[in-house]
Amino acid sequence: MRYSALSIFLNGLFGNRNWAAHWRQPEPKPHYDVIIVGGGGHGLATAYYLSKTFGIRNIAVLEKGYLGSGNVGRNTTIIRSNYLLPGNNPFYEFSMKLWEGLEQDFNFNAMVSQRGVLNLFHSDAQRDAYTRRGNAMRLHGVDADLLDRAAVRSMLPFFDYDNARFPIQGGLLQRRGGTVRHDAVAWGYARGADAHGVDIIQNCEVTGIRREGGKAVGVETTRGFIGCGKLALAAAGNSSRVAQMADLKLPMESHVLQAFVSEGLKPFIDGVVTFGAGHFYVSQSDKGGLVFGGDIDGYNSYAQRGNLATVEHVTEAGKAMIPALSRIRVLRSWGGIMDMSMDGSPIIDRVHLDNLYLNSGWCYGGFKATPASGYCFAHLIARDEPHETARAFRLDRFRRGYVIDEKGQGAQPNLH
Amino acid sequence: MKGAVLPRPAADAGADAWHDYVYLRDNPRGAYEEYWHHTSGCRRWLVVSRDTATHEVYACQDAADAKAVRA
Amino acid sequence: MTSYRLAGGGLINRQMPQNFTFDGRVMTGFAGDTLASALLANGRQLVGRSFKYHRPRGVLTAGSAEPNALMTIGRGGRTEPNTRATMVELYEGLEAQSQNRWPTLEHDIGAVNGLLSPFLSAGFYYKTFMWPARFWEKLYEPVIRRAAGLGRASYEADPDTYEKCWAHCDLLVIGAGATGLMAALAAGRSGLRVILIDENADLGGYLLSETALIDGRPASAFVRSAVDELESLANVQVMARITAFGWYDGQVFGAVERVQKHVAVPDAMRPVERLWRIAAKKAILATGAEERPLVFGGNDVPGVMMAGAMRSYLNRYAVAPGKRVAVFTTNDSGYALANDLEVSGVNVAALIDSRRDAAIAYSGKARLVHGGFVSNVQGSKAVEGIEIWREGQRETLDIDSLAMSGGFSPVIHLACHRGGKPRWSDEHSAFLAPDGLSDLTLAGSAAGVFGLQAAMMSGAKAAEAALADLGVAHAGVAMPLVEGEIVPEPAKPLWSIPGIKAKAFVDYQNDVHLKDLGLAVQEGYGHVELAKRYTTNGMATDQGKLSNVNAIGLLAEARRISPAEVGTTTFRPFYTPVSFGALAGASHGKHFQPVRRSPLHGWAEKNGATFVETGLWYRSAWFPRAGETGWRASVDREVKTVRSAVGLCDVSMLGKIEICGPDAAEFLNRIYCNAFLKLPVGKARYGLMLREDGFIYDDGTNSRMTEDRYFMTTTTAYAAGVMNHLEFCAQALWPELDVRLASVTDQWAQMAVAGPKSRAVLEQLVDDDISNDAFPYLGAKDVSLLGGRLRGRLFRISFSGELAFELAVPADFGESIADAVMLAGKAHGICAYGVEALSVLRIEKGHVTHNEINGTVVPADLGFGKMVSTAKPDFIGRQMVGREGLVDAMRPQLVGVVPLDPTVSFRSGAHILKKDAAATLENDEGYVTSSCFSPHVGSTIGLALVKGGASRHGEEVQIWNGLRNEFAIGRLVSPVFVDPAHEKLHV
Repeated sequence: MRYSALSIFLNGLFGNRNWAAHWRQPEPKPHYDVIIVGGGGHGLATAYYLSKTFGIRNIAVLEKGYLGSGNVGRNTTIIRSNYLLPGNNPFYEFSMKLWEGLEQDFNFNAMVSQRGVLNLFHSDAQRDAYTRRGNAMRLHGVDADLLDRAAVRSMLPFFDYDNARFPIQGGLLQRRGGTVRHDAVAWGYARGADAHGVDIIQNCEVTGIRREGGKAVGVETTRGFIGCGKLALAAAGNSSRVAQMADLKLPMESHVLQAFVSEGLKPFIDGVVTFGAGHFYVSQSDKGGLVFGGDIDGYNSYAQRGNLATVEHVTEAGKAMIPALSRIRVLRSWGGIMDMSMDGSPIIDRVHLDNLYLNSGWCYGGFKATPASGYCFAHLIARDEPHETARAFRLDRFRRGYVIDEKGQGAQPNLH
Repeated sequence: MKGAVLPRPAADAGADAWHDYVYLRDNPRGAYEEYWHHTSGCRRWLVVSRDTATHEVYACQDAADAKAVRA
Repeated sequence: MTSYRLAGGGLINRQMPQNFTFDGRVMTGFAGDTLASALLANGRQLVGRSFKYHRPRGVLTAGSAEPNALMTIGRGGRTEPNTRATMVELYEGLEAQSQNRWPTLEHDIGAVNGLLSPFLSAGFYYKTFMWPARFWEKLYEPVIRRAAGLGRASYEADPDTYEKCWAHCDLLVIGAGATGLMAALAAGRSGLRVILIDENADLGGYLLSETALIDGRPASAFVRSAVDELESLANVQVMARITAFGWYDGQVFGAVERVQKHVAVPDAMRPVERLWRIAAKKAILATGAEERPLVFGGNDVPGVMMAGAMRSYLNRYAVAPGKRVAVFTTNDSGYALANDLEVSGVNVAALIDSRRDAAIAYSGKARLVHGGFVSNVQGSKAVEGIEIWREGQRETLDIDSLAMSGGFSPVIHLACHRGGKPRWSDEHSAFLAPDGLSDLTLAGSAAGVFGLQAAMMSGAKAAEAALADLGVAHAGVAMPLVEGEIVPEPAKPLWSIPGIKAKAFVDYQNDVHLKDLGLAVQEGYGHVELAKRYTTNGMATDQGKLSNVNAIGLLAEARRISPAEVGTTTFRPFYTPVSFGALAGASHGKHFQPVRRSPLHGWAEKNGATFVETGLWYRSAWFPRAGETGWRASVDREVKTVRSAVGLCDVSMLGKIEICGPDAAEFLNRIYCNAFLKLPVGKARYGLMLREDGFIYDDGTNSRMTEDRYFMTTTTAYAAGVMNHLEFCAQALWPELDVRLASVTDQWAQMAVAGPKSRAVLEQLVDDDISNDAFPYLGAKDVSLLGGRLRGRLFRISFSGELAFELAVPADFGESIADAVMLAGKAHGICAYGVEALSVLRIEKGHVTHNEINGTVVPADLGFGKMVSTAKPDFIGRQMVGREGLVDAMRPQLVGVVPLDPTVSFRSGAHILKKDAAATLENDEGYVTSSCFSPHVGSTIGLALVKGGASRHGEEVQIWNGLRNEFAIGRLVSPVFVDPAHEKLHV
């Protein structure tokens, strides 16, 4: 069923009785050519591209909870391709280009909204770091503009310029950056994958990986054993737990990141802005709530909730940047499980078993990568060759010393 | 908080042991031992045993004592 | 036929009238009113418009769960959108505006959305707005964003202040209704440290709306004596106007107190809100239960209200809902309302009980309908009548106000904040708190114990259990006797109502109605979390307090399973929304972070310094002199003066750490990658500290003052990090080493005296022999100053590359010593120099900072390959620095860069490409890490990290800054631009 204004009109006339389910709820088959573990954004995107673009049939996505119950349903919805290092830059720009055509591609309004991402800086050192970054972007043909204080002020006059502890000196702007409705991404990819024959099996938790020789022959699940030709892991914050079932230890830690939304307001802020003198970033959703967040709490956690000290740090930074936030009320906080890798960059690679594929290590930046992650992972699974933009995301880069460390913090996940 | 409590390999333990120590983690959902640092107080490093799913803290000891016990 | 104030009764203070305005119209209420009760007293029932359909909405509740009566209060920087009128204490001069309507509340153009409602059902926006593609951002989205949101926030800064504090107690009682008061009394009388909090201004909870008698007295009298006793106990802290919004790890509760929200002009010496972090050994949730709406057609017409709320307005605020009232109930609580209405002289036209076999006796005048339902409400801006459906028959009834009671949902939210999931109880027809909570119990109706008598008993028992857990004997508390109450025993829930024609609302604020939930199930979003996200049920500012359970019940019926199997969505902070102001407290504006000042700050100020932030520090950047136009003039002068004469620079903010003990040498030998074991006493050495992954962490100097006492310097930014790292190594890795550490950054004032004349200047202050023979390059020792009047430390180290010393004195003497140096240097033409000049000097010498040590370089990249010891058996980073990727010859390496044309400048952050290469990422060879104008070279110079740079000196390259549209051709050169043989260091 194709979605459009006309379809809404016609269905509305007839009491909306003809809208069909967006995806089936099939029973698992005994065997699939490809099993993808993880029904979040990346897993569903992988299934979509694997079936639609790479022509693989007979795919299952196994999700332990309900579809999109992980980080794809609880993030701050930002998309951008303003990365620094050559290992990252082309990948995120590839993702941005996929975002730009996504809604037409999968016929679901994901509300891709490119109203700009502005990173503020407050010192010469920060300005120089953003200059390095902006030039790296420009060399790759990605849009980047360096704004001075006056330009930022005319864009965002209500920010604190005169009474700030760390005065704003300017910002790096990516105009094509912005936000996307996160739930719609999961639902759009799910609907699209389902339409191409992918079985999305919810409430199906993988409890073991059965091996024979150097291959994975299938997975034990809460809904029985399911055989596989290829096994692809896209379990985000739960990657270590699943990898352990194949005796694989990963270079990552699972951490909690909190995010927040305010009460709904008439338009207050247009694009996405990040603070440079503290951990805080904010945008406004199409429903009116300010969606914002800051740094990870800093300790390993699978609890999907964080603590009050972080809430205070985030809101302090927020009010320091925007004094007018003071009377605005925070409505809800939530938390997710971040797969924090040892260099802050992702892993899309084949691993130690012949037919085992790993997609993990997205830290707190996985949402913007969803389309490219899905596409590149599908490419790797289908062709056993990495996509050109994902070549650097190898698991062995840690052993060999080719880490992709944007923040320069080294092997301590809670610093990335 | 620094991260998992792991014994530092001997200097000549080889590349695999060092790669494991510096980069690989069990990252359990459940019982976990972690290094905390009391920066605003006694400045001691601590080994905290807690549950990463419920955040319940089971035990806490000075890192120097923990190492003595471990060695 | 609207609501009105009764001539007598209520707990309001009729001696104190308060004038206020609503949408510009002046009205009057009384002290003790809320904004909602005052509006109702003035006959104002239409108070807002809903989010999507702009339907007229009225006051639904009398408490914090209110979804409809959201107003914008205040003006300027005090403007507060989305404020619940039910929680606003009325004060003289209060200004309130309704929201989300244009041009007026009465005639809102947005109501046209209601006509389009078949096309605006749940999730409609996912199915459209996709074509043409560019219209989304240019047209559709801006329109949607303007229509979205409810209130409008001001851009002005908030003039009021906020405060944060901690409290500790043995027992925290949340909720001061019947249950909480009894619990606090039981615990307080036993001597426990108790904190009792309530979100209302007046304690007593629903007792203030009750007509039952307690020990023969009105309930409000019981409240007064209970509160009086609690406030008289020194071990009990009673706080009103404070909402506990979250339960966190470590038994910490977050709460916000509305200190001055109820005054027109706040006292500037006090905060308007106060954030509390309460660490409680035990806690009791006595938060009551929320009454559920019923889902029938037109259940959102102004004049339809919760039965318990109608009773509150009647008994507490003396406001009658109308002249002809109907009550629709599934349980006994509706009868209490009917009785109270009749006692107050209000005509109750009908009491409709959905139970066919209700046992409760009723002797009032209303027509009693058993087994009947209200299926639809007539009217749009006010209730005009209802349609009663009974056994297939419909009957209309003229009324002007309708109360509904669909049962009660215990307020268990905080109990679910730490991961526990609530459990559905068929017996209670409600979700109860999870089992096995550590140190938190529920009591009263929050625990599913209904009725005042039972709730009081429950509160006392919960307190006794807490006392027992804490090992404290309980003093015992006598149970008061309750008479005349009607206990709302749990009744079978009523989710679906027959005969519905008009829209039946589940979530009032987000306009989610019955058909939306049906559609969600139909389209595959029947899971409780998916239904929430797809329909937005429960996502409004009330977080579903009135809508979640009804939605779960309806989903359960649609999917033919029990509510237990549907389950709830996740309960999360904040129980009610909390302002940024309260959460930020005083940490905003200039107080966002502390200020760190060097001991020489005063000296710098009086010498006219311009300061720059470096982390939390203020560093002197340059010292302008009269007639200098612009910072370059000052900096160039300072640089030239240092190279030709002498200058004084404050370097106090660099990290300083003392390391002592018999094993200090061994310890340092394991910390640095270069050799330290044999550093002689009286010598300083440059040290490189690696991370365990082999990359450089920090650099600095280390001086051996005595056999077992070392003095380490770190960079400013990494002082704390290095200290943490050293402590980790000493305590966790090598506790067997006998070594002690102390951070002494703030204890010493340290100043660089640099330039050819530096010795001549310092000889006038330092008593010891500091000639080149007695004190050669890299010497370090304790010295006597000013004829023995002071001791300090002198280090012959040089960041500038000139003959230079660093003099450290105890911090309190810093300013006077700096003054003395300047005086001694006057004849030699000394100048003060700041961090900008320092930067030029060090770039000219190719000295690295964290611009170059960017977290991804190893020693070899910076030309320090030989510093990495091959002899030491162990040091931090030894194993990993030898990895393949870290010895790759094409790694970026430190080089110098100059422009071919000396009049052309370039900036840090520009990238380096081969001269004829196309500007692509593939051709990116590196970037400029530091840059400045060099008076010595006579042009801009820079340091850069370039692939294989060390072997490319002389090569011409592009210096590419597309961001600034600046492109230049340069040459890669040695990074040492001045005195490459380092002769000046040794004079």
